[in-house]
Amino acid sequence: MTQGKKIFEVPLYAYKRAPDQDAAQPVHRPVVVVGAGPVGLTAAIDLALQDVPVVVLDDNDKVSFGSRAICFAKRPLEIFDRLGAVGPMVEKGVTWNTGKVFFKTRKVYEFNLLPEAGHKHPAFINLQQYYLEKYLVDRLRALEAEGRPIELRGRNRVEAVGSHEDHVHLEISTPEGPYELTCDWLIACDGANSPIRRMIGEDFVGRVFEDNFLIADVVMEADFPTERWFWFDPPFNPGQSALLHKQPDNVWRIDLQLGWDIDREREKRPENVIPRLKAMLGEDAKFELEWVSIYTFQCRRMERFRHGRVIFAGDSAHQVSPFGARGANSGVQDTDNLVWKLKLVIDGLAPERLLDSYDWERVYAADENILNSTRSTEFITPKSETSRLFRDAVLDLAASHEFARPLVNSGRLSTPSVYDDSPLNGPDAEGLPARTRPGAPACDAPTAKGWLLERLGNRFCLLGIGVEVPDTLDVDGVRAEGITLGADEAPELRARYLGDAARAVYLIRPDQHVAARWTGFDEKAAQAAILRATAKG
Amino acid sequence: MAKLNTRPNIQDPDGFYSELLMLHDGLGKAESDRVNARLILLLANHIGDRQILTEAMQEALKAATEGA
Repeated sequence: MTQGKKIFEVPLYAYKRAPDQDAAQPVHRPVVVVGAGPVGLTAAIDLALQDVPVVVLDDNDKVSFGSRAICFAKRPLEIFDRLGAVGPMVEKGVTWNTGKVFFKTRKVYEFNLLPEAGHKHPAFINLQQYYLEKYLVDRLRALEAEGRPIELRGRNRVEAVGSHEDHVHLEISTPEGPYELTCDWLIACDGANSPIRRMIGEDFVGRVFEDNFLIADVVMEADFPTERWFWFDPPFNPGQSALLHKQPDNVWRIDLQLGWDIDREREKRPENVIPRLKAMLGEDAKFELEWVSIYTFQCRRMERFRHGRVIFAGDSAHQVSPFGARGANSGVQDTDNLVWKLKLVIDGLAPERLLDSYDWERVYAADENILNSTRSTEFITPKSETSRLFRDAVLDLAASHEFARPLVNSGRLSTPSVYDDSPLNGPDAEGLPARTRPGAPACDAPTAKGWLLERLGNRFCLLGIGVEVPDTLDVDGVRAEGITLGADEAPELRARYLGDAARAVYLIRPDQHVAARWTGFDEKAAQAAILRATAKG
Repeated sequence: MAKLNTRPNIQDPDGFYSELLMLHDGLGKAESDRVNARLILLLANHIGDRQILTEAMQEALKAATEGA
């Protein structure tokens, strides 16, 4: 009986025997993705859309148990849009932009992520990870039905990895016994405890934070507003912190800091969880526990994300504290960065060293995420008397003094990294707006024919604003498609791409990051920038 | 080049010092520490210049190690 069961309790991609299991010799695949979480599914969909055959292996057959990641930021939504998967996410998700911070019993600070006008997607939505995964699996199935080269194999567990000069060898176990595969490239999206990482003998070093958090998703009819509420030292959880955040279906995320010296098994039992929640929500609150977990966290990353033909993405490569929603959001940006590079390498249009720029750019992003998440953690869970003293002083002052509010850190929410100094960046032109400089993600804006980002992506684009660019520009097998826009199509377009300049030409990568820009079109310069952005310059 | 002004700059040094001490009169150690923390934050914001703040922090630390 599946009625009344949660989506994460029902197999979504049940085990099915694949012909590869009956082959006399290991079948060779161009790309294998390990892990069908948000990151692995995103990678696979992106590859299939570019007609790169891909097999996804997952040791499970269900979407993520419990909610886990809940906040999805604008940049990942833009990526899911590029992959044709964003519709149901934004429709189902809860859009929010107000956050309130409380210290003890009073509100000390309120922020508004008020989305700037002129973007297709909101700053943030809240959506249970299981829904996000479900929508990605739906998208994968739709591509499969269209005949795209994509397969998802449930209950296929990788038991051994052999990393060779020209291929990767995999031993896989299934409910019907083992089989082997070889592939050109392996993308490991198998999470923070990545078995693949362990199998290739790589370390995962970083900083452990000695603290426990009780995370509970409760179903309740409540009239709390759709806001992120964060408490420091509230009466219902003295000396610790708490978070309340809304998800779809009347599910509320509650996060309670518990401290280090606790009995984790005991704290997880409903008879201990419920009184804690009642202290927070009120004795009469009617709620049902959907999912309870206790977690500790670490901020750490692998030294390199590319190990020959094995490439790590998402939590397998880097891990952060949950404050700031920088886990799943950054993992999706990893594959966004990786897939177009891998496609060019597979097609023989770029040298393998293009993949080293994945390492450069995403290690840079991981360091930025780790820095932000570490700082938030230090603020939220002060580990010395002095750090608590300053934290409380900031909170005391924040209520009445504006200057202290930017110091309040209950999580710096995920924003995309700007790859300043990336080896792929070409020239910049003086006088153009800083936010769209080389390395930055292209900023969305309305155009006469729809959203700008809908017109970019999946390929190199040469964007002429107030200056005509050719329909196509080829160099050494790589093509950029020209898009010519008027300088006055929309004030947002002008503000974000021209500033005070009359015209500009942008080279935009397939992952919608700016590669180079000029204040006029010069064919030779544009070709040189394409060569540079594909590691050939 | 150091931007932190370490030459005498307070017009009424004795008056300032006495006011600083009086601020803590009657406060216990914990409350006194809280007042100091708030005072540091207020002054730091007034100065604002990150370079000067870094230099001041380094000078304070140096005095502590030299004094030890």
